[in-house]
Amino acid sequence: MTMIFGVPLQALMGQLLVGLINGSFYALLSLGLAIIFGLLRVINFAHGAQYMLGAFAALLLLTVGGVNYWFALILAPLIVGLFAAVIERTMLSRLYKLDPLYGLLFTFGLALAIEGTFRYFYGASGKPYAPPPQLTGAVNLGFMFLPVYRGWVVIASLAVCIASWVLIEKTKLGAYLRAATENPVLVQAFGVNVPLLLTLTYALGAGLAAFAGVLAAPVYQVSPLMGSNLIIIVFAVVVVGGMGSILGAIVTGYLLGVVEGLTKVFYPEASNIVIFVIMAIVLILRPAGLFGKEA
Amino acid sequence: MAGKSEPIPTDTVAVHPQARSIRLVLGLAMLAALFIAPQFLYPIFLMKLLAFALFASAFNLLLGYTGLLSFGHAAFFGGAAYFTAHAVKEWGWSPEAGILLGVLGAAALGLVMGAIAIRRQGIYFAMITLALSQMFFFFCLQAPFTHGEDGIQSVPRGHLFGLVDLNDTMNMYYFVLGVFLIGLLVIWRFVNSPFGMILKSIRENEQRAISLGYSVSRYKLGAFVMSAALAGLAGGLKALIFQFATLTDVAWQMSGEVILMTLLGGIGTLLGPIVGAGLVVSLQNYLATSDFPVTIITGLVFMVCVLLFRRGLVGEFFASGLGRKLGFRADK
Repeated sequence: MTMIFGVPLQALMGQLLVGLINGSFYALLSLGLAIIFGLLRVINFAHGAQYMLGAFAALLLLTVGGVNYWFALILAPLIVGLFAAVIERTMLSRLYKLDPLYGLLFTFGLALAIEGTFRYFYGASGKPYAPPPQLTGAVNLGFMFLPVYRGWVVIASLAVCIASWVLIEKTKLGAYLRAATENPVLVQAFGVNVPLLLTLTYALGAGLAAFAGVLAAPVYQVSPLMGSNLIIIVFAVVVVGGMGSILGAIVTGYLLGVVEGLTKVFYPEASNIVIFVIMAIVLILRPAGLFGKEA
Repeated sequence: MAGKSEPIPTDTVAVHPQARSIRLVLGLAMLAALFIAPQFLYPIFLMKLLAFALFASAFNLLLGYTGLLSFGHAAFFGGAAYFTAHAVKEWGWSPEAGILLGVLGAAALGLVMGAIAIRRQGIYFAMITLALSQMFFFFCLQAPFTHGEDGIQSVPRGHLFGLVDLNDTMNMYYFVLGVFLIGLLVIWRFVNSPFGMILKSIRENEQRAISLGYSVSRYKLGAFVMSAALAGLAGGLKALIFQFATLTDVAWQMSGEVILMTLLGGIGTLLGPIVGAGLVVSLQNYLATSDFPVTIITGLVFMVCVLLFRRGLVGEFFASGLGRKLGFRADK
């Protein structure tokens, strides 16, 4: 068996893959957080709950409506996005003029309420969600077996990350978004409907979280608490990356996922704190974050 | 937290001529109620209430008087509970020494976490404290002395100063009440000291405080350590009251709970966190027997508080006509 640094190659590659998959979710979620924060100045604590909602939407669409994975991948983000838009319109939008901390507290309460409700109706245990038949099985890469679905997760999340980046950096809508981030009053004076833009942004961010949730459903089990522990790690990712840049959020997400995977190989005891340790180190050396701009 | 929040009503209300004595009487009545309360209510419930009231007051020291929202106070509360429980059970320390170790341990944790977290402000500060406390949670999950999922069970209460038997529920209650009052006195003294005034000035306008020559980060760190130590005092008490320390105490949900208590009662008021803790603990007690999850209610109360009454119950009362007539003033 091939050994690298005293570790079997297969174990190393296996954990690298796990890291890459976790990184995909970190990237998707921190991307959504960064988009929402950029325009709304709200840290969306409910992001984990919206991720969970996406997974549950897929599960319920399948069990109740008989809707398959591929349609769920489109429908679930739309449903969650719509739900988020309603929340933003009716409640969250009242908080923009206040200290940003109130937005954090409000979405924290929202997350608790959503997770509590699902826990009440569906229990705390996880429910399995089978991957679609097209993506079952594994391919032999020579040095390891790659489960097809896991490969798909990495590719799909990369594609969505790049698409979001293009949407924000290269399209007209994205230009409005970026302009509104810089100076909302001026953009509104130019005739752009900024409140609508804010609603769309929140819905987009939540939709991204739901998309990640559907992707995650066959990998992890669908459970009401699947988002709450993840969101704290994603916060750390966001602090490391700095929320100034979309690309930064994506790169940091994948990077930290891989680092976490490697830690599992070389020093398993530290694997669930390594991201927090990196966060602390980054804060000491470069408080603005790796890609952050402000001092 | 202030700055952009609601303006304080500026129309003047004539203060009641005997406002001072009315407030004094109210305060003494509350104190008397606490002394005789165990005759009417379940003492363990009251002790839990006092411990959480102290915890919330310690948290409020940071949020209400310095404007820093910590999302990681569970680490200090739960960490101290572990330290106290371990010292008392495994090393056979006396309860007062155990609690002192809890306070010092929490202060040390606060020094490390605070030094890292104050490098960023506002919303980042909240996220960083949350992440660091989660790191501490995972540490507690794996460290041998916490006994992982089991926690430290059947912690002996021991004899206070080798004299008073704390296994007697009434003795324990008055001990908890005493510590609570001392903790509150420390907070009151701290808030009204020159140090506390500088903290308030940082809360109101950090840039101006810097331009006046204050080393803002040192003051913030001081407040953070102070708040952590007092949260540790509450955590150490909790370990002795319930005679166990578990992972629940260090989990992020606990940090959320203490924020809710403070928000519900009134941020930046001395009385608010106590009222908030009373309400939340009563609610938990009430719902403990039903299978309806507390988190739904907690979440909804959070949302309603943020949307409708950000001053909290006590803050709203202080700002009301009657409150101002009695000479109360929400400290915002």
